[in-house]
Amino acid sequence: MTDTVVALRPDERFRQMIEGISSKSFVEGLLLPALGIIAFLLVWQFAANRIDTSLGQFPGPVQVWEQVQNLAGEHSREREKEAEFYQRQEDRNAKKLEKNPDATIKWRDYTGKPTFVDQIGTSLLTVAAGFLIANLIAIPLGIVCGLSASMYKAMNPIIQIFKPVSPLAWLPLVTMVVSATYTADDPMLQKSFLNSAITVALCCLWPTLINTTVGVAGIDRDLVNVSRVMALPWRTHISKIVVPAAIPMIFTGLRLSLATGWMVLIAAEMLAQNPGLGKFVWDEFQNGSSDSLGRIMVAVLAIGFIGFMLDKMMLTLQKRATWDKSAVLR
Amino acid sequence: MQAKYLDITGVGIEFDTGGKKFRALQDVNLKLAKGEFVSLIGHSGCGKSTVLNIVAGLLHATEGGVALEGKEVIDPGPDRAVVFQNHSLMPWLTVYQNVELAVNQVFRKTKNRAERREWIEHNLKLVNMDHALDKLPSEISGGMKQRVGIARCLAMQPKVLLMDEPFGALDALTRAQLQDSLMRIQAELGNTVIMITHDVDEAVLLSDRIVMMTNGPAATIGEILEVKLARPRDRLDLAEDPEFVHLRQQVLEFLYAKHVHPASKTSTLPVRESSEDAAGKSSSEGDPDTEAA
Repeated sequence: MTDTVVALRPDERFRQMIEGISSKSFVEGLLLPALGIIAFLLVWQFAANRIDTSLGQFPGPVQVWEQVQNLAGEHSREREKEAEFYQRQEDRNAKKLEKNPDATIKWRDYTGKPTFVDQIGTSLLTVAAGFLIANLIAIPLGIVCGLSASMYKAMNPIIQIFKPVSPLAWLPLVTMVVSATYTADDPMLQKSFLNSAITVALCCLWPTLINTTVGVAGIDRDLVNVSRVMALPWRTHISKIVVPAAIPMIFTGLRLSLATGWMVLIAAEMLAQNPGLGKFVWDEFQNGSSDSLGRIMVAVLAIGFIGFMLDKMMLTLQKRATWDKSAVLR
Repeated sequence: MQAKYLDITGVGIEFDTGGKKFRALQDVNLKLAKGEFVSLIGHSGCGKSTVLNIVAGLLHATEGGVALEGKEVIDPGPDRAVVFQNHSLMPWLTVYQNVELAVNQVFRKTKNRAERREWIEHNLKLVNMDHALDKLPSEISGGMKQRVGIARCLAMQPKVLLMDEPFGALDALTRAQLQDSLMRIQAELGNTVIMITHDVDEAVLLSDRIVMMTNGPAATIGEILEVKLARPRDRLDLAEDPEFVHLRQQVLEFLYAKHVHPASKTSTLPVRESSEDAAGKSSSEGDPDTEAA
């Protein structure tokens, strides 16, 4: 009798082990996504082998991985060159001062070409600027439209008409307006940066505006009545009732807005020649070397990955800011 | 008649529903003395909530008006705090913060920070919710939420406490607990209360007077019943008290014989006379609180 009990034990443990491994979370969390990626890579390689372009064969995953390493290498070499340049400049100036303490010395900025990593940085900065401009306008305007039905009716046609406009249509107009109005002698911001940022802003304004309006207009009538009974002044009403109540919808808008902005940015940078990822893609295309398609593919993947990370970041913020913890956010 | 504290005179209201005029209330007259507890009872759709909202200032009467201590009521204000049926707590604020929002508004100038804190805690203690100050509304039960809603209103020190079916969404046991709490608090503080209810027992147990309303449209006060049961009242003792049973019978008579709900007219309930409810179809919502019968 005791033997059978002992014999059952390892069996039980084994069963639990199997259950632990093949548990739903493992399959859904790791195995299935991994299978999806592997299948995609195989299809990609298979298709790439059969596509010949004037710039050579379409790059498969292997060639793209080579280009990733090339771009990383270029970046570190460029950084070394930059460090050396500044070192030389410092030495030269130090020598000059040694000979003659009153000598006028010159400091020059390094003017090497921006690397892929620099371009990612520029793109992130540009989209952040555009996103910020857009939402400084969209959130307050959305609150006003949500609170006042007449304001909403007045604004609605304008929102509906401008919402579907492509960034490519805005860009020439923005470019002309910026060149006409932004005429400082020593401009702090490059015009191409401003053009791209404003174009992004014009396109990612709408999701936040619409979602904020809907969120504010949909506040529970009872909560508004509570506020009226307490006779809250309008400023307190907005800060303590309206904004918190609309926060989930505002964040939905912000997420859509950032996603739109990131998508629009690449097109805007291509045309505005803002030194970001869009310009990188355009320059590689114009370059037309045998590596170009591979390098563009790296950019495509980088754009996708960064977009994904930006959305994750917004989702985390949204989860933190939302009071409705029961809501399923994805 | 009692001294006039709250005076509802000749109140009527007409709503504009898509070009058509709908008369919800007509010639409602009611006077309340200070410290009096009055229940409004009637079938759903009879305009009870409308009366309450007019007193609160959330709706404006088409004719007639409301005066509190001789001053006309125009806008909503904390002197006529409302307990809504669905607690209406801000879901993003904790229990403490919900009450604080009201207290900071009403006592901004007259109490300092420490006094306000004490006052908030005192009011939450009154409703036995001082153990959950930092809980969010989603973390407490429906009965607890309603307790906090009541504390928020009490903390405004209203001249009149308006309650719109405050216990309607609660289960019977929780409801009984809250009724007892409300009776205790009202005895302690002497609040003037108007409470809307569907529940006949609740009306008789809590009220000094029960105002019974006819069915809409053009609803008005049908009868007023004085409840002269001695306080403090105990629900167990009253259950067999002949006076209590008689009062209860009278309210039931009014609701289910004299002014039967339009939606249940075709049912087996006895219909003896129906003067006011001849044209009452438009207001039927099909939500008669049969539990009370």
